[in-house]
Amino acid sequence: MAETATAQRTVRFIITRQDKPDAAPYTEEFDIPYRSNMNVISALMEIQRNPVKADGTKTTPVVWESNCLEEVCGACSMVINGKPRQACSALIDKLEQPIRIAPMSTFPVVRDLVINRERMFQALKRVKAWIPIDGTYDLGPGPRMAETKRQWAYELSKCMTCGVCLEACPNVNDRSSFIGPAPISQVRLFNAHPTGEMNADERLDALMEDGGIEGCGNSQNCVRSCPKGIPLTTSIAAINRDTTKRLFRKWLTN
Amino acid sequence: MSGNSYYSRKLHSLLGVIPLGLFFIEHALTNYSAFEGGPEKFQKSVHGLHDLPLIFFLELILIWLPILYHGVYGLYLAFTSNLNTSRFSYGRNWAFAFQRISGVITFIFVIWHLWQIRVQVALGQLTIDEFGAKMHEIMNNPAFFVLYLIGVLAATFHFSNGLWAFLVSWGITVGPRAQRVSSRVCMVIFVIMAVLFILSMAAFRGDDFASASAALGTLRQLS
Repeated sequence: MAETATAQRTVRFIITRQDKPDAAPYTEEFDIPYRSNMNVISALMEIQRNPVKADGTKTTPVVWESNCLEEVCGACSMVINGKPRQACSALIDKLEQPIRIAPMSTFPVVRDLVINRERMFQALKRVKAWIPIDGTYDLGPGPRMAETKRQWAYELSKCMTCGVCLEACPNVNDRSSFIGPAPISQVRLFNAHPTGEMNADERLDALMEDGGIEGCGNSQNCVRSCPKGIPLTTSIAAINRDTTKRLFRKWLTN
Repeated sequence: MSGNSYYSRKLHSLLGVIPLGLFFIEHALTNYSAFEGGPEKFQKSVHGLHDLPLIFFLELILIWLPILYHGVYGLYLAFTSNLNTSRFSYGRNWAFAFQRISGVITFIFVIWHLWQIRVQVALGQLTIDEFGAKMHEIMNNPAFFVLYLIGVLAATFHFSNGLWAFLVSWGITVGPRAQRVSSRVCMVIFVIMAVLFILSMAAFRGDDFASASAALGTLRQLS
């Protein structure tokens, strides 16, 4: 059989890179051999194996973070063709080419596509996004949760702290102290829990301080961007209602 | 900004509707009396307002101070926002961007409008009986008419969309359906208010206000 010489199909990537946290960003282009069903992570792995740019010169491998590869850990958030999303669920077949990849620069960039999401974890600590049950004796079983409530609360529990909602929010930036949509939704989740509810006011108070819930400007980009489809704007409005009630209760009862 | 920004932001949101939103509606209706009943009815409306007791304190507490706070703090809020509609061209994000842009336009327009009317009254250059004539003068200047049109549309959008945001920020409309319905209601309010203002602007251009203007000129020559 005569071999037919077909050119290897490639996919062009334009990647925004940065060598150090304080270094200036620059872009590099790569042509990655196409394979069926590939995603952005497998393309980045290809660059890691063979770090050669589109013009044929060698470069350092592009650095990124990823973990679960099934859109539940939140580690591989990056800006793909202008939209913040998870690289693992970004299928090449469904992306416009050339594919532009950049770090979510709302967060401090560590190197290339690796960002530091520390502020999100600090925010969860600030709003006490947990249920305090530790003690010196067995507290026994907690109150039961209604099934109807559990169903919507479960949706909120899907948050993986990926940071996509903060990247999409026009009010999360270095001129504003807004905490961001994700932790507000977590306050709603933990305040909905029958045991967590016992500390509801502490979490609301944490959002009624500088850089709390008031920073929301209702652009509603968060709910359009959340990879887990969490009703973030409903959570924000529900917590707006709870903080408003708390405000008047504090004024009128103290 | 010092102090707890939760309270300063909530105050900003509240003042935008009470009293400023209510004053805005009152202003639209007073102007509209020019369209409905000409100079006579308009001057009657103006007098009705100025004859209120404690008018100085009503103006100070319900208009001057709220505008100053809402305007200055609003400029700061606009400064702390990014406009990212090029990346996220969703309707609500456009409304978010326009809310800030229209707020800045409105603030500039209000300062200019106050300079033309209210400050001149304070300086003794204009009396409340001459408002109709003064507006006739302004509205017949094509450049001023266009600037007023831009200012009025910006203010009307800022008020209507701000009302929608107020309902969300105080936790009145929570779910997506409630917010969708309230956004439609607010768009209807935008259209009605814009029509009221534009009709009154057209009315001020009319000849019936011109005779008032001529009388004003005669008065000026006499004095």
